[in-house]
Amino acid sequence: MRNKKLVNYAKYGYLFSIPFIVAFCLFTLYPVIYTFIIGFTDLKGAGNTEWHFLPTVGKNLFANFKDVLTSGTFQKAFKNTWIIWIFNFIPQIGFALLFTAWFTDRRSKVKGTGLFKILFYMPNIITAATLAILFNVLFGYPKGAFNDIFSGVAKVFGVTREAYNFNAHEWPVKIIIAFVQFFQWYGHTMVNLIAGVIGISPEIFEAAEIDGANRVQTFFKVTIPCIRQIMLFVLVTSLIGGLNMFDIPQLYIGTKANNAGLTTNMYIRNQAFGGSYLYNRAAAASVILFIIIVILSSILFYILRDRDEAKLKKLRKQELKAARKGL
Amino acid sequence: MSDNTIKASSIKRNDIILKVVIYIVSIIFSIMTLFPFVMMFANAFKSTYEVQQSTLTLWSAHPFQNLAKNWQVINSKDFHPFVGFLNSFIVATCSTVLNVYFSCLTAYAIQAYEWKFRDAFNGMIMAIMMIPGTVTMIGFYQAVYKLGLVNKLSMLILPSIAAPMVVFFMRQYLQASLSMEIVQSARIDGAGEFRIFNQIVIPLMKPAIATQAIFAYVGSWNNLFMPLILLTDKNKKTLPVMISLLNGDIYRTEYGAIYLGLFVTVLPLIVVYAFLSKYIVEGVALGGVKS
Repeated sequence: MRNKKLVNYAKYGYLFSIPFIVAFCLFTLYPVIYTFIIGFTDLKGAGNTEWHFLPTVGKNLFANFKDVLTSGTFQKAFKNTWIIWIFNFIPQIGFALLFTAWFTDRRSKVKGTGLFKILFYMPNIITAATLAILFNVLFGYPKGAFNDIFSGVAKVFGVTREAYNFNAHEWPVKIIIAFVQFFQWYGHTMVNLIAGVIGISPEIFEAAEIDGANRVQTFFKVTIPCIRQIMLFVLVTSLIGGLNMFDIPQLYIGTKANNAGLTTNMYIRNQAFGGSYLYNRAAAASVILFIIIVILSSILFYILRDRDEAKLKKLRKQELKAARKGL
Repeated sequence: MSDNTIKASSIKRNDIILKVVIYIVSIIFSIMTLFPFVMMFANAFKSTYEVQQSTLTLWSAHPFQNLAKNWQVINSKDFHPFVGFLNSFIVATCSTVLNVYFSCLTAYAIQAYEWKFRDAFNGMIMAIMMIPGTVTMIGFYQAVYKLGLVNKLSMLILPSIAAPMVVFFMRQYLQASLSMEIVQSARIDGAGEFRIFNQIVIPLMKPAIATQAIFAYVGSWNNLFMPLILLTDKNKKTLPVMISLLNGDIYRTEYGAIYLGLFVTVLPLIVVYAFLSKYIVEGVALGGVKS
């Protein structure tokens, strides 16, 4: 009887998923497959839509991939992406953890955490494009807020200081881009971690307190293990976001300063739309980036998934036990 | 006894020191957060000459005259904030509505009905969450170009019907809050499945919808990558694409105008944030814990 009913309604399951499936096939699946195909063709030139597979024009099938992987610019972009991400992520997770520890501390009961949370989170909703250009003018040369500050400080000590062109040197550019990224995301990460800590049962903390654990011990031995899951989640999303970094470096520096801030995503866009219209090479580069992201996130998701399932199994067992007791 | 009191008082002193450190660092970070925006605001009221004298001064000799002049400079070139606003508004509003509505519908399809490919479909949604936008970009552009749909805002709106992340979140919410008994009793009352979804399930999901709608809106409003590639007509540009013009050579020495242009683009976001910040911050927390 029950089964019959379920069969009756099954068609609505299909019906209600149709819009998603159609939109997914049209706007994601088809373009992904098309991108993969273009990677193996000779498609280039503005406004050109005709293409041939590379072997039919007498070239190696993987020529585009080879071109990308051996290109110095791509290698630099790939390295830049990682450097910028690491310089952004380490302080981001560090400060987020520090503020989490402070704002959730049961003994000091810091006031105004609500306000600080709202303030720290704010840059996250501001358009990244705006932030990039804003920091670009603030780090301007010869006149910009930061040059003015440093010159002012130098003046106080009786030293005359030449204005420094932050945006013309390799490392300052990378570090500033990483900082803007940090500036935009540390509040977001902090809010996530705090929510995780609030979700921990207070009894665990009470037990730790009774056992005589101090603040530092409680944080490292109780809090962090309890929010590992969320930290992994933050890591995965930040890594995928970081490998796709585009807005901030593109508008902060573009290809200036000898490609100091060029990321893989910028490289892909520049290949296709930066004047050379090498769609095939751009497609090959995005397939490479895609494979890297899939491998990395599969590894991280595997770590996440395993623990989730273990937890679910435990829960199910407990439920079963409880149900038996109830009977 | 006296030992204990000494210990207690030293603990108390440490507590106070810690608290002072917490407040100082938090205030430093607050200043760090606000500083760029204060600079932007102050310099929007300055003439180029004044900006070149010092960026840091917070006042100007003729603030409103300068403001008017900076505004003129902005509008004399390609940066048209209101066109950008209108386009961004259209794109963000339509895509948010589609995104949230169809994500609810898809999540409901997975949660409420038992169908043959349900688990496979659900697994697929989990898997495609990590497809980065970049890998669709070249193929998408080629297809759109072939069909002559470049510069159509609908090409930025329609893809949001399939938002795997939001479906995932909505389904988790449904798992916790939807009881099939309500659905069954509505069926007994003779309501159709589609009507049940619109009149019972959607109202039930209001809190999740509010959270996801805010993030979908902000995400769409701030998106630069796709619009930058698809929109070349200056009357179709969304706000972030407009903003990217401020970086070009056309405003190179008009510092006051650049700051004003940036300020204009930030102002609505800050006003909205002032009203919704509490919900937004809570929403982030909700999303993080659930995922």
